[in-house]
Amino acid sequence: MELLGKTNIDFMGKRNISFIISAIITIVGIIGIIQIGRGAANMGIDFSGGTSMQLKFEKPLAIAKARSALHNSGIDKVDLQEIKDGNKLLVKMAGAAVGKQSEIVQEAFKKEFTDNPFTVESTTEIGPSIGDKLRKDTIIAVVLSLLCIIIYIAWRFDFKFGIGATAATMHDVMAIIAVFYVMDKEINLLFITAVLTVAGYSLTDTVVVFDRIRENLHKNMKSALHNVFNGSINEVLSRTIVTSLTTFMAAGALFFLGGEVIHDFSFALMIGIAVGTYSSIFLATPIVLLLEQRAVVKKSETA
Amino acid sequence: MPKETGWRISLIAVFVALSFLYLTPTLVGNLPSWWGNLMPKDKIHLGLDLQGGTHLVMQVDTDKAIEGILDLVATDLEDTLTGKNLHYKRIVRDGADKVSIVLYEKGTADTVQKLIKDKYPTYEQSPTFDEAGFVALTLRVNEKEIQDRKDKAVQQALETIRNRIDQFGVSEPTIQREGISNIVVQLPGIKDPQRAIELIGRTARLDFKMVREDLSPTSGVIPDDAEILKEKSVDPATGAVTEIPIVVQKKSMITGDLLTDAQVRIDSQFNQPYVAIDFNSLGAKLFDQVTAANVGKRFAIVLDNNIHSAPVIRERISGGSAQISGNFTEKTAADLAIVLRAGALPAPVNIIQNVTVGPSLGQDSINKGLFAGLVGVLLVVAFMAVYYKLCGMVANLGMILNIIYLMGALAALGATLTLPGIAAIVLLIGMSVDSNVIIFERIREELKLGKSPKSALDAGYDKAFLTIMDSHITTLITAAVLFQFGTGPVKGFAVSLSLGVIINLFTSLIGTKVTFDLFLHKGTVKKMSI
Repeated sequence: MELLGKTNIDFMGKRNISFIISAIITIVGIIGIIQIGRGAANMGIDFSGGTSMQLKFEKPLAIAKARSALHNSGIDKVDLQEIKDGNKLLVKMAGAAVGKQSEIVQEAFKKEFTDNPFTVESTTEIGPSIGDKLRKDTIIAVVLSLLCIIIYIAWRFDFKFGIGATAATMHDVMAIIAVFYVMDKEINLLFITAVLTVAGYSLTDTVVVFDRIRENLHKNMKSALHNVFNGSINEVLSRTIVTSLTTFMAAGALFFLGGEVIHDFSFALMIGIAVGTYSSIFLATPIVLLLEQRAVVKKSETA
Repeated sequence: MPKETGWRISLIAVFVALSFLYLTPTLVGNLPSWWGNLMPKDKIHLGLDLQGGTHLVMQVDTDKAIEGILDLVATDLEDTLTGKNLHYKRIVRDGADKVSIVLYEKGTADTVQKLIKDKYPTYEQSPTFDEAGFVALTLRVNEKEIQDRKDKAVQQALETIRNRIDQFGVSEPTIQREGISNIVVQLPGIKDPQRAIELIGRTARLDFKMVREDLSPTSGVIPDDAEILKEKSVDPATGAVTEIPIVVQKKSMITGDLLTDAQVRIDSQFNQPYVAIDFNSLGAKLFDQVTAANVGKRFAIVLDNNIHSAPVIRERISGGSAQISGNFTEKTAADLAIVLRAGALPAPVNIIQNVTVGPSLGQDSINKGLFAGLVGVLLVVAFMAVYYKLCGMVANLGMILNIIYLMGALAALGATLTLPGIAAIVLLIGMSVDSNVIIFERIREELKLGKSPKSALDAGYDKAFLTIMDSHITTLITAAVLFQFGTGPVKGFAVSLSLGVIINLFTSLIGTKVTFDLFLHKGTVKKMSI
């Protein structure tokens, strides 16, 4: 079976449209990063420090009632979130001191909802010093892994390809951040893990395309660069689609069936797979083409 | 069969056998006793997010440990000077690293200086100076000594916590030091995390102090050698807490480090639990002296600066046993006995991170995670079979091999499987398929050029080789960085991912190739099912 026969799509010709789309995504992503840096995004307590609890009640519970119960016990700054299946409630308190907060919450609910008993499914308390350390470690991890990957690509191909691959990878990272920021989803350690995984995936995808371009450049010295690049993408197109499809299926299974703990994680993976596929075709390759063409023009000028 | 194919098949078979060997302890519940001596016995551990449990990071307040040591030095100097009939005005700890000594006259100062030099040679002594007409001097701990003491305090805290956890009874706990002053504790599968946290985090410093009946806590002026502590009592009927302030002597008569044992007993008369304690010989002697000298007076049993109870001494108690009674439930009495037996922490600890997952959520996660993983595998298997027909089945075989190998490797390393770890396995499925897709698409291209199945196959593998290497190495770089900087669940993800990448490299370049070679080596196959 074949999804696509021999294709001949002019991907390079559409670069103006794709550059505009990517620029918008990147700008939103940068805004997201600035907001995360300021702590204005929906930060998980991994980074902000604080207490988060997941409670499972026996009967449905209105959020407003829960909020007033907590208010009566002196807790005002609290994020409450309902989890659809199973009367679950997520309680999040940023920046609170570790230790007593979770007890106060339990006492408050025990007192106010005597007819609706609950069990504590999970508690996470992070002191502010740990949050700082995690944030620092995470930034180092992200920067270091991107740096290592760029060096590797630059070594395996050449500098122009390195730039293209880096731009595409950064773009994909921005895209996930943009989506999470716009949808106000929580930025936590699992999210960072997903981002780094996607960075790796996106690079893999780009490398496959680059490999073919390099091969065809060696084979085909006479054709116009534009045609070689387009041809290469068309040649690997069905592989790109099939791989993205299968990985997407696996991530999708996690998203729909994996439970709430990895729900956002698999969501980030799904976006990443989609964006990663798009960026290797519509961003990484056109950038390398532009750089190559400029180099050719320069060479002919000096000659 | 070509020679090369032979050893490749053996290699694959050996790895499969090894994987199952290492997986046996994980899959089989009760192994015969000879197994443990000869065969691998490490299991795949489930992370706390999957089986439920508590992960704590505690910071030892090492400054407090130094202060405690200086307090002891001050008390010891007081005793020594009193014993030698040397008069002093005041000896107290001053700030974080000094003891200040104030004397009445220059003559005593010389003797005291010499005495200190003999007794505490490592401390730095200041020259005497005038302080409001009195002779003063300070005693300072040097920086190296402070670091040394802090290090010991953390080590001692770790041992004490280990001791407490052992006595509390948790299976397979992990207790480790992290950095300079942090201790990481993992308690898998714990049922009552709140109780465990209280037990571990409690300083449990026990003091016996005399009550100063001559001073009223409300009078306002308390002399230097006394302090106000509070006795908390809870009304069992209403749950209301009352706090009664009591003035006690600052200096302890006896401290908890003189105990040899603490046990829970039940009072036969009132059916109330209490904690029976035994002193060592020095403690027994002191207790005997103190009770003999103070019959009819009250002494306070002080736990972590709260008065637990303040009973009246009815008679001299010799023999070195005593009991602590009060409002105990069986659990609180048992916990107190544990902390007293295990000893006090050298300094208070602060819990700076606590991640607790209840067992029900853990079970839920593992069920859903495994189910989602299975569905993911089936979807991909079905897709590959439809899209690449027989060749797709070979790829599927490679994927199954991947999963068996990865599980085996995780078991062999005694690694921990976390929820993101399961996610990494699912990602591995995607990558495993990707390698084969890259190869198959190449083969299809070569076939279209009119090559025979065998030469198309060889060309496909040759040309795909570099691409596959590149893509795997980039992923491996990410995984390595994640492993280095990640904590807990993220680390689990990195372990599964990096193992998966290496294993996939093997199966896609050797495992599936061998299957094709078996069918195609004679060159008689005319058409490829791809």
